[in-house]
Amino acid sequence: MSDRIFGGFGLALAIFYVWAATTIKDSFMVDIVGPRAFPYIVGTVLGLTSIYFVIRPDKEPDWPILKDLAEILFAAAVMLAYCWVLPEVGFVIATIFATAYLTWRLGSAPLWSLVTGLATSVGIYVVFHLILGLSLAKGPFGF
Amino acid sequence: MEILSLLADGFAVALTPQNLFLSVLGCFLGTLMGALPGLGPANGVAILIPIAFSLGLGPTPSLILLTSVYYGAMYGGRISSILLNIPGDEPAMMTCLDGYPMAQQGKAGEALSLSGVASFVGAFVATCGLVLLAPQLVKIALLFGPAEYFVLFTVAFATLGGISSTNQAKSAFAAALGLGIAMIGSDSQTGSQRFTFGHIHLYDGIDFLIAIVGLFALSEVFIFLEHHRGGAASAGTAKVGRIMPDFSMIKRCIPSMARGTGLGFFAGVLPGAGASLGSFLAYSLEKQAVDRDGKTFGKGDPRGVAAPEAGNNAASGGALVPMLALGVPGSGTTAVLLAVLLQLNITPGPLLFTKNPDVVWGLIAALFLANFILLAMNIPLVGIFTRVLMVPTRILMPVVAMISFVGIYSITGSTFDVMLMVGFGVAGWLLRKLEVPLVPVILGILLGNQMEVNLRRAMTISDGDWLILVGSPLTIILWIIAITGFVLPMLLGRRVKKRMEAARNEEEFVGD
Repeated sequence: MSDRIFGGFGLALAIFYVWAATTIKDSFMVDIVGPRAFPYIVGTVLGLTSIYFVIRPDKEPDWPILKDLAEILFAAAVMLAYCWVLPEVGFVIATIFATAYLTWRLGSAPLWSLVTGLATSVGIYVVFHLILGLSLAKGPFGF
Repeated sequence: MEILSLLADGFAVALTPQNLFLSVLGCFLGTLMGALPGLGPANGVAILIPIAFSLGLGPTPSLILLTSVYYGAMYGGRISSILLNIPGDEPAMMTCLDGYPMAQQGKAGEALSLSGVASFVGAFVATCGLVLLAPQLVKIALLFGPAEYFVLFTVAFATLGGISSTNQAKSAFAAALGLGIAMIGSDSQTGSQRFTFGHIHLYDGIDFLIAIVGLFALSEVFIFLEHHRGGAASAGTAKVGRIMPDFSMIKRCIPSMARGTGLGFFAGVLPGAGASLGSFLAYSLEKQAVDRDGKTFGKGDPRGVAAPEAGNNAASGGALVPMLALGVPGSGTTAVLLAVLLQLNITPGPLLFTKNPDVVWGLIAALFLANFILLAMNIPLVGIFTRVLMVPTRILMPVVAMISFVGIYSITGSTFDVMLMVGFGVAGWLLRKLEVPLVPVILGILLGNQMEVNLRRAMTISDGDWLILVGSPLTIILWIIAITGFVLPMLLGRRVKKRMEAARNEEEFVGD
């Protein structure tokens, strides 16, 4: 069943892709094939393989139980929030909390998570920014 | 002789203090990443590309660093196979079969040093093979026109699933997905905006590094979260025992290493085979050759450690041949190495050998050096790496995630791109659950634009006649390879997969 749903999504994606390809505008430069031909081919392959998934689905993958699925969604949400606040509060503070969350969810005790977060954040800051000179997000405090 | 003088120039490049240092560093990091379950060579190199790039290293030093990581990871994969029966990366799977029983018999040290020597032999011979074979392949590749290149890319996609692929439709879907993503941005030929929907962040297209780090490294973090696998790989210090190799044992294993190396190199050069198949072939044929009744193999036979290790490392050297000479990688990790070259604005392929000989030969010399460094690191210092296995993944995986963020942020400096990477991470997790291979997606993103450009050039030459794609003997041969490579797994895939899975435990991996 999962493969059938996946195939349905794939087919919708393929149709959308081909439609989006038809809207590509020509520019003043032209070549024989034009900018649309290759996307049409790609869209067709996407569509045909998706139809195959609907007709001949593989056996069901072992989906995680709802709790573990929520785990992944929350982790993704935390990472997105991390990206979003990165320029607001700076690398070090954002990273402490993001790391603490991840290590807590992987089984560290809450207090130790904060310690791990702090150590990771400062460690990365020292190695990658102070020693190697990579540019990291600067917050209001400059780190 | 010309090759020798070119190689000598290469050594002059590789032996500068900076490059030597990078090589040692790369070997160390690579062995570390290979040893840790869940961080294979593809992941390891992927995380380090943006970092090497934002450090402002030149093309040759970056390549030296990252290929040392690649070779190192191939060596390191065996450590946890032998000590813990958990392969550090997919190609090291076969090493578990005899390596772990040896460790249980108290011969872990012997197994480690023997496999270190076998890795060295495999990788060294394969690097020699690379030196001899790549220039020959370049001569053929120079005959290729745009039509041949287009078909060659098709060969790469058709064969990438490999012989063990059970669902070719999913490989094809993955390839199309990657190619589709590559089309986003302004068209290289005419400048038309494609699939950008007026969104300014998409005008330059999606950076392939974002996709690679997201799909490979972040999806791995999600897999660990899903299974709550937070413990350490190894609970206490595993007993290693004597570390120095037992020379009589090594002597006994020389024929096994030779056979393993030959097969592995062959599997590596072939499109779509890669190191996993190399070690699998080496092990099963070695078993056929010396232990037909199954008396000693699987119970700690040293030959069962030597053959697959030589095979896996020979295959990783062999896989560099098509990548460097044709610009078409045959496995996940070489696809990531292709990303390194593209990121450095170097187009691999036949012209690389004539236009940037210093890069090619510096790289090859670095591979030779890396082999010696790795041999030295892996035999006396193996104890350091066994200790790393005690770091729990609940600390390790968040660090991996954060370094991925640091790398992408430091090259793009854009919040949008980092968020996109999280998106790719979730998509990668979903695709892995649905058993859609990720390597074709990556390869599609990497090669999409070149594939299209070659198609359009071919059409311009033929004035719009699609028959040019089957218009020369070379294209017809390539089509035959592509079709065979795509159809064969449908017939044999399930059988090969079943045999490989007999040896595999439930660990999940990203390519090899």
